Amino acid sequence: MPDVSEPLHRALGLTDDEAEQIDSILGRQANGLELAMYSVMWSEHCSYKSSRIHLKRLPTEAPWVLVGPGENAGVVDVGDGIAAAIRIESHNHPSAIEPYQGAATGVGGILRDIFTMGARPIALMDPLRFGPLDDARSRWIAEGVVSGVSGYGNAVGVPTVGGEVVFDRTYQGNPLVNVLCLGILPTERLVLGQASGVGNLAVLLGSSTGRDGIGGVSVLASAGFSAEDDGDKRPSVQVGDPYEEKRLIEACLQLLDEGLVVGIQDLGGAGLTCATSETASRGGVGMDVDVSAVHRREPGMAAHEVMTSESQERMLAIVEPEGLDRVLAICERWEVASTVIGRVTAGGALRILDGFDGEVLADVPAASLHEDAPLYDRPRTAPAEPRGPMADGLAPPVDTGADLLDLLIGPAWVYRQYDHQLFLNTVVGPGDDASVLKLRHPTTGAETGRALAMTTDGNHRWCAVDPRGGTARVVAESVLNLACVGARPLAVVNCLNFGNPEHPEVMWQLSEAIDGLAEACEAFGAPVIGGNVSLYNESAGTDIDPTPVIGLLGMVDDLDRRPPGATLVDGHRLVLIGPDDVSLGGSLWGSAHDAPGGILAPLDFGLHQRVADLIRALVADGMVDGVHDLSAGGLGVAVAEMVARSGVGAHLARVPDHRALFGEGPSRVLCCVDPERLTDVLAAAEAVAVPTTRIGLATGDRLIVKGLLDVAVDDVRHAHEDRLPEALGAGTTNR
Amino acid sequence: MATAVGVVVFPGTNCEMDAVAAVEGLGGDGRLLWHGDQDLTGVDAVIVPGGFAHGDYLRPGAIARFSPMMGAIARFAADGGSVVGICNGFQVLTEAGLLPGALQKNSGLKFLCQPTVLRVESSDSSLTRRAAVGSELLVPINHFEGNYTCDAETLARLRDEDRIILRYVDNPNGSVDDIAGVCNEGRNVVGLMPHPERACDELLGSADGAVLISSLLDAA
Repeated sequence: MPDVSEPLHRALGLTDDEAEQIDSILGRQANGLELAMYSVMWSEHCSYKSSRIHLKRLPTEAPWVLVGPGENAGVVDVGDGIAAAIRIESHNHPSAIEPYQGAATGVGGILRDIFTMGARPIALMDPLRFGPLDDARSRWIAEGVVSGVSGYGNAVGVPTVGGEVVFDRTYQGNPLVNVLCLGILPTERLVLGQASGVGNLAVLLGSSTGRDGIGGVSVLASAGFSAEDDGDKRPSVQVGDPYEEKRLIEACLQLLDEGLVVGIQDLGGAGLTCATSETASRGGVGMDVDVSAVHRREPGMAAHEVMTSESQERMLAIVEPEGLDRVLAICERWEVASTVIGRVTAGGALRILDGFDGEVLADVPAASLHEDAPLYDRPRTAPAEPRGPMADGLAPPVDTGADLLDLLIGPAWVYRQYDHQLFLNTVVGPGDDASVLKLRHPTTGAETGRALAMTTDGNHRWCAVDPRGGTARVVAESVLNLACVGARPLAVVNCLNFGNPEHPEVMWQLSEAIDGLAEACEAFGAPVIGGNVSLYNESAGTDIDPTPVIGLLGMVDDLDRRPPGATLVDGHRLVLIGPDDVSLGGSLWGSAHDAPGGILAPLDFGLHQRVADLIRALVADGMVDGVHDLSAGGLGVAVAEMVARSGVGAHLARVPDHRALFGEGPSRVLCCVDPERLTDVLAAAEAVAVPTTRIGLATGDRLIVKGLLDVAVDDVRHAHEDRLPEALGAGTTNR
Repeated sequence: MATAVGVVVFPGTNCEMDAVAAVEGLGGDGRLLWHGDQDLTGVDAVIVPGGFAHGDYLRPGAIARFSPMMGAIARFAADGGSVVGICNGFQVLTEAGLLPGALQKNSGLKFLCQPTVLRVESSDSSLTRRAAVGSELLVPINHFEGNYTCDAETLARLRDEDRIILRYVDNPNGSVDDIAGVCNEGRNVVGLMPHPERACDELLGSADGAVLISSLLDAA
């Protein structure tokens, strides 16, 4: 309970200055309900008050962008009358406290952002980051989060087609649960979350409103974790119901199909306060809200509880009075509760009433709730000390083979629990460099002969040693991941997971990362069409390593074959395409040996673009039979993953030392090439001034790197496939 | 005339459009049937598709069996009509008493979405008449409750009457006797946990399910 001696605004998380600003907006002292509404809308989570001045530096425009940042989701035109809506969000803090529900409601929330735009959600991706596998609580969180994504995503009927899973000590106590959703819509159905038309009605659809999730955005997402008090925060975590959401999706899409809604908005963070104020403010109108009409899950709820509840599976639709009966009938068919709770008014006031003709409980300018939130330019300071011991200074491994096996961790245990095939689009699913989804028209189902591709990427080790360069390299990796499945980039969404913004070093990291993101997106012609900033990712006073996660959407222009994937064919040659410039600084191997420091290998945007173009062409033309981007763990981990997936061994030469094997650098791809096509592949690279190295042969039942290691294929497979089942519970022994 | 295949939609069903796409890809005519209706006029065969009918509340299929459409389907089946339950549809058909046995949680207590290899054990059913006995089909599974179980007497009958039509080559979920699919005494009602509609396109990894869907189109 809040300390009773403390002023109400402070108990709600507002500073004294913010409270004064509210009083001056209203021209009087705000009452308790009004303060509660401002406190959720001006929270870090809803207002981006610490990051907004930096986010302005991102490039957001391109001819194919239909909706950029600031709406519920970004939207791009993908041709043939089809638009794609995409968004990424974090649900880090709820997942730390209640892993299953935290992850489940993360999925639910992102789906609503997508169908709010008029799009049918067709795919989810889940970049997940947990503490180390030797920590029991981290294992509990990992298992719960994966179950939550599986339990909600599968039942709501949207396939989870990819993602990432990373285990590292930096996430102990503060896991990162990011969720990305992609939807498609007929371009003409695009709707925005705004109210218009004085006299129109605001209809609340879906679940009843309860006391779950009150203050979720202000209590959870806008403060760090201390060591002891996590249990107290559990009531701030919402509870999800995928069956309710599934019916809500179908009902809303039918409402949109029949042209019955003027605007529609999901209820997420800050609940009704956010949905009513945003729709009114975007439409340049006001709204009267009858709080007594809101259908509730429990008796005795105060107005401020109703207005800030984050109960899940709710939507607010703005409808014309003459369409109301049809709206209510469609909702009844789908067994979705629906109630008129508001009226669009002239002027800009958001009034909360106890009955439309009853007492006025709050009266504030709707726009002030999200447009007048304070903007902070918080102090930024570069760290004085370099980060940790330098990996380049480490002695070579005693047993290079054992070191390599220790770095492998296959994600199959995770994605086997996700339906990744629903809707019959999944040409390439989880576990590859990028996912590929057939692009079909959302209403007619007509094939286009093209495909959408998606990848999510992050690398906290690179970003810890160099937030700017590291972020640019993450974007570069995403571009290369798309190239490996034959796709070109269309648009970027990002989820910026950082520590406490009140720490100057964290603000410096955030600002640097945004600059790196901007530079790379400019260089690769990929506009940023949406994002999410998650701050206060800290535990017991320690900030997480900066972890910008990039979601990149791309296009396969001609889908006439499945891309080969990260695999090997016996008897084929291995060619390393790209420069041989690598560094152990910020590498997976260095971090595994407690030496995370160093300098990243250089990134040349021009060369990177040429490598990506070359790989995309080789894949599209069927010139390679296996292809894998070199990322964390360098050449060693890349070839081991190809061995594990194919069951075919490999013999590598021209790898002089452990630095060449485990060192990481951008713009590098390992290809498996039919000997008969070798000359053509090498010539294609030479023609665009991309360096190549003939590095070995795919064959046999051992992975051999001459002079460094010699391990059995079975041992590589075991290390790759069994690490997660052994740590987290087998589930099944079947492969 | 193309074979008209009715595909049932309960609130929470999610594989209905995939089933329609597979049927139409093989020359059939797919039609959605709302669970609250009971009109099967003009329908030649029925698919009860996968998903989470009524949210799987209580247990999978337990509420769906009370929908009006299920009464119509029981009469349709009694008259010899072909009915196939896929995944959640299989669970619904066992709850409705149209097929014996029950589906319990996978032995590993995890949801599983992965390819499986099925062996055709009988070609005498509305779903397998085009398939050769002993042939192997690559068809994915996608379920939490796919572990088929029944009492010893029922199992003996299923074996004696050649009603186990599909078995897993490598049992993923603990199903008794590796059972992936069974049929009723009349051989016109079939249930299986794997998803043949997800295996009708080489671009998606397998087209082995087409022989099963084609059999249904023939059977109608």
